[in-house]
Amino acid sequence: MNLEGILAQLTAMVVALVLAPLLVGWVNQCRAWLQNRRAPPLTQQFRTLHKLFCKESVVAYDATALFRLTPYIVFGCMLLACMIIPTLSTNLPLAPAADAIALVGLFALARLFISLAAMDIGTAFGTMGARREMLVGFLAEPAFLMVLFTASLISNSTSLATIVGTLAHRELTILPSLAFAGVAFTMVSLAENARIPVDNPATHLELTMIHEALVLEYSGRHLALMEWAASLKLFAYSCAGLALFFPWGVAEANDRVALAFALPVLVAKLAAGGFALALIETILAKMRIFRVPEFLATAFLLGVLALLVHLLLGA
Amino acid sequence: MNASALPIDAILAVVVVWFAIGLAGVAALHSTRLVAYGLFPLSALASLALAGYALAALPGGAQTAILAIGLPGLPFHLRLDALSAFFLAVLGLASAGISIFAGGYFRAGEGTPPGLMCLQYHVFLASMAMVLLADDAYAFMVCWELMALSSFFLVTTNHRIPEIQRAGFLYLLLAHIGAIAILLCFGVLQANTGDYTFANMRAQHLSPFWASAAFLLALFGFGAKAGILPLHVWLPEAHPAAPSPVSALMSGVMLKTAIYGLARVTFDLVHTPIWWWGVVALAVGLATALFGVVFAAAQVDMKRLLAYSSIENIGLIVVAFGLAIVFTAYRMHSLAALAMTAMLYHCLNHAIFKSLLFLGTGSVLHATHERSLGKLGGLMRYMPWVAVTTLAGVIASAGLPPSNGFVSEWLLLQSFLFTGALPNPYLKMLAPVFAAGVALVAALAGYVMVKFFGVIFLGKPREEKLSEARDAGALERLGLAWLTAGCVLLGLFPVAVIEVIDPVPFALVGRGLAQSGHIGDWMMLAPVTAERASYSPLVVLVATLAIVLVAILVVHRVYHGRVRRAPAWGCGFPAGTARMQDTAEGFGQPIRQIFEPFYRMKRELPTAFDSHPRYRVTVEDPLWAWVYLRIAAATDRISRFVGLMQRGRISIYLLYSFITLVTLLFLTQA
Repeated sequence: MNLEGILAQLTAMVVALVLAPLLVGWVNQCRAWLQNRRAPPLTQQFRTLHKLFCKESVVAYDATALFRLTPYIVFGCMLLACMIIPTLSTNLPLAPAADAIALVGLFALARLFISLAAMDIGTAFGTMGARREMLVGFLAEPAFLMVLFTASLISNSTSLATIVGTLAHRELTILPSLAFAGVAFTMVSLAENARIPVDNPATHLELTMIHEALVLEYSGRHLALMEWAASLKLFAYSCAGLALFFPWGVAEANDRVALAFALPVLVAKLAAGGFALALIETILAKMRIFRVPEFLATAFLLGVLALLVHLLLGA
Repeated sequence: MNASALPIDAILAVVVVWFAIGLAGVAALHSTRLVAYGLFPLSALASLALAGYALAALPGGAQTAILAIGLPGLPFHLRLDALSAFFLAVLGLASAGISIFAGGYFRAGEGTPPGLMCLQYHVFLASMAMVLLADDAYAFMVCWELMALSSFFLVTTNHRIPEIQRAGFLYLLLAHIGAIAILLCFGVLQANTGDYTFANMRAQHLSPFWASAAFLLALFGFGAKAGILPLHVWLPEAHPAAPSPVSALMSGVMLKTAIYGLARVTFDLVHTPIWWWGVVALAVGLATALFGVVFAAAQVDMKRLLAYSSIENIGLIVVAFGLAIVFTAYRMHSLAALAMTAMLYHCLNHAIFKSLLFLGTGSVLHATHERSLGKLGGLMRYMPWVAVTTLAGVIASAGLPPSNGFVSEWLLLQSFLFTGALPNPYLKMLAPVFAAGVALVAALAGYVMVKFFGVIFLGKPREEKLSEARDAGALERLGLAWLTAGCVLLGLFPVAVIEVIDPVPFALVGRGLAQSGHIGDWMMLAPVTAERASYSPLVVLVATLAIVLVAILVVHRVYHGRVRRAPAWGCGFPAGTARMQDTAEGFGQPIRQIFEPFYRMKRELPTAFDSHPRYRVTVEDPLWAWVYLRIAAATDRISRFVGLMQRGRISIYLLYSFITLVTLLFLTQA
C-alpha cells in the first residue's frame, strides 16, 4: 500500500461523496426538463441534506438501538461499495478486500439492515416496505450476480479491478454475452435503486411505495444519511455499470496521464447515464407491485442467458 | 503415559466421560440443580477437550485402535484420520456451546426428568463421536443406530403430546429406512470378501456398476439422515418437537454426520468417483436447497422455519459435494480441493450458526411459551442479549459479509466460476444454471432471515404477555456468546480456518488449498491468485466500522445529536395497533405467490356476511401427498392382499405348510 494508492482511495471516496448527490440532482433536472417542468438546481440534494442534518431527529417511542444505528451502517456499506468499484483508477488499496461477489454481499447487508430497521417500529407501512424491499432484493441480487459472473468469466477474475482492466483492453466489439448482461444489469439497477418502473422515488402514495416506506419513520440526520446512502447506491450502480460496459477512461496503476483525464471522463459518462435514466423514467409508467417479480425474473433469466452465451460462443 | 498421548485415546476418554456424565445424571434423576450446574457444564468442558484433541489430530496421520467390545471375535475397529478429526472438531465446538446452554435450559416438569434427559443427551453425543471414529461397518452401524435411538428419545421428551409422538415415529421410520440403505451400501462395498472393515473396503476395486450402486445407496441412506429431498419430511416435524438444545444438536451436528458418511463412502471407500454422480448430487442438492428455502419462507412456526432452513443448507453442502465429485472425476484436483473446502467450511458454519439460532428460539420459547411467529414480536426490548446474539446468527445464515456464512458461500460461488474449464460440454452448460440456482437460494435465505428476526424480535409485541419476557440466564448467555464468537471468528479469519481444514481435502482429493500455496495471507483470502479473486472480511469490517464511527463523530460534531421521541407516524391513521404489523403469513405472502406451484395451499376465506370473519391459510409439503401418502396407500393395499391368506383357521395354515413342504421337496429333488 503506497502513498499514491491511499491518495487514490481517498480521492475515490471524496468523489463518491460529492458526485453522488450531484448525480441525483442531475437526474432530477433532466427529468424535469423532459417533463416540461422547471428544474431544481443541481445542488438541491446538498441543500436538502444540510437542512435535514440541521433538524433534530424524531424517533418513535418503540424504536430500539438497531433503528438508530442502521442509517450509519447503511451509509458505511454504500460508501465502502463506492470505494471498491473502480471509478477513476483501478489502483485502489481497498479493492482486493471485496470482489464482485462481496460487493453484492455488501449491498445485501445494507438491505437486511434497512429492512430490519423498517420492521423495528412496528407500523404497517414499515413492515410492508420491508417485505417489498426483500421481494425486490431476492430477485435482483442473483440477477446482479449473474451479470457480474458473465464479466468474471470473460476476464477470468471476480476482482473488479481486473475485470475493468481486461474489459478496457479488448477490441471495440460488442460481445453478445455482454449485451445480454447489459440489458439485465439495466433492469436490475432500476429495481435496486427504487426507480420507475419498479418504484417511484418521487411518490408518497402509500400503496405504491417501497423505498419511501422503508425510510418513512426516519427524520433529521438519520434521514439525511439514508438519502445520502441511497444516492451513493445509485452512484455505485452507475459506476459498476460504466465499469462493466464502458470501462474506457478508468486509469490503471501508474498511468498519470489517464488519471488526469479520468474525472472529466467519469463526469461525462455519468451525465450521459443520468440522462438515459431520466429518459427511461419519463417514458415508462410504474408497474404494479405484482408485475415486479416478472420484470426481475426476466432480468435474472437474461443474466443466466448471458452466462450460457458466453460459455457457448466463448464471447 | 505414552499411550494416553495419542489423540485417539484422548477422544475415547472424552467419550467415556460423556457416558459417565450420562450415568451420573441417572443417579441424580430428579436433582435438576446438580444436572444443570454440575453435569452439563462438565460435559461442555469435555466437548472443548474433544475439539482441542481433534484439531490437534487434524494435521497428523491416521491412527487406529481396536476396542474389544461387542460380539466375540468382532471388535470395534476405530480410526482417526483427517476427515473424522474435522467432523469431531465440529462436534466438539458446537456441542460445547449447546451443552453449556442446555445446563440453563433443561428443567424439571417438561416431560422426561432432567437426569434421564442427561443420559439420553450424552449417549447421543458419545454415539456421534463413535460414528465418526468407526472403521468397520459393524461398529459404524451400531453407533449409527445408537445415535438414531438416543435422538429419538430426545425428540420425544414431551412424549405425552400426540403430535410429538407422531413426529418421533416418523423420524425413527426414516432413520431406519436410511440405515437399511447404508447397510446395503456396506454390503456392496465389501465385494463378497466377507470382511466388513473399512480397510478392506478401501482395498477393493469395484466395477463402475457396483461403485455406482454403492454411491446411490449411500446417497439415499445418508440422505435420509441429512434431509435430502424427498427424505426431508422428518426434519420439520422432529425439530419443533425436540427441546431446543436437542434441535440444535440434531440440526447442527447430527446432519453433518450424514455428510461425513457421504464423504467417507464417496471419497475414501470407493475412491474413484464417476462424473455423473456429481451431477446427481448437484441436482438433488440444488432441488433440496431451493425447496428448503422456499418452504422456510412460508413457515409460521419459528422452529419449523429453522428446520426448513437446515434443509436448505444441507442442499448447499450437497451442491458443493457434487461439485467436488465432478472436479475429482475429471482429475482437476485443485478445484476439487476448492469445492471440498467450501463444503467442509459450510458444514462447520452451519453447525455453529444453526445451533445459535435454535438456541435463540429456545430462549424465546422459555421466556414466552410461544413458538408461533404470529404471537411474538418486539422481543428485542425485553431480551436484548438473545436478540443481539441471534442477529449474528441471522447475518451468518443469510450469508452476508463479514459473517462466516458468507465465506463458504463465496468459496462455493468461486468454485462454480471454474466450471468453464470442464471437458464435458453438457456439464459446462449445466454449471451456470446451478450457479444461478445457488445465487437464488442465497438471496432467498436473506428474505427468510429478515422474516425470522423481524417478526420475533422487532416491531411491537403482538401479545400482552410478551412484555413480561425475561432475558436468558447466565449459562444460556454463555452458550449463546460462545456460538456468536464462533460466527464472528470463523467469518473474520477464513485463511486460518482453511489452513486447519486443509489436511482433509489433501487426504481425500490429493490436494489442499493452503498446501498448494494458493490461499492468500492471514488477512486476505485469495484461493487461486489475488488477481483472480480475493476477499478480506477483516478489512471489510474495519472499513465499514471506521466509516460508521467517523460518520457518527462528524455528524454529531458538525451538526448536533439531538433526538426527540414521538409516537410513530401512521400516515394519519390514529389507531395503529400491534395487530396491524405483518404477521408471519403476511410477510411470506409474496413468496407464496411467486412460488405457488411449490406449495399445497389451503385457503379459508370469509364471506361478506360472516359476523366472525376468519382468514386462514395452511401450507403443506406437496411431497408428503405425492410420495409418502402414495407409499402408505400402496403398503395398505399389499397388506390387504396378504391378509387374504390369513384365514384364521388352523386347517388352512396346515395346508400352507403342506404346500410349502411339497414345493421344497420338489425343489431339492430337481
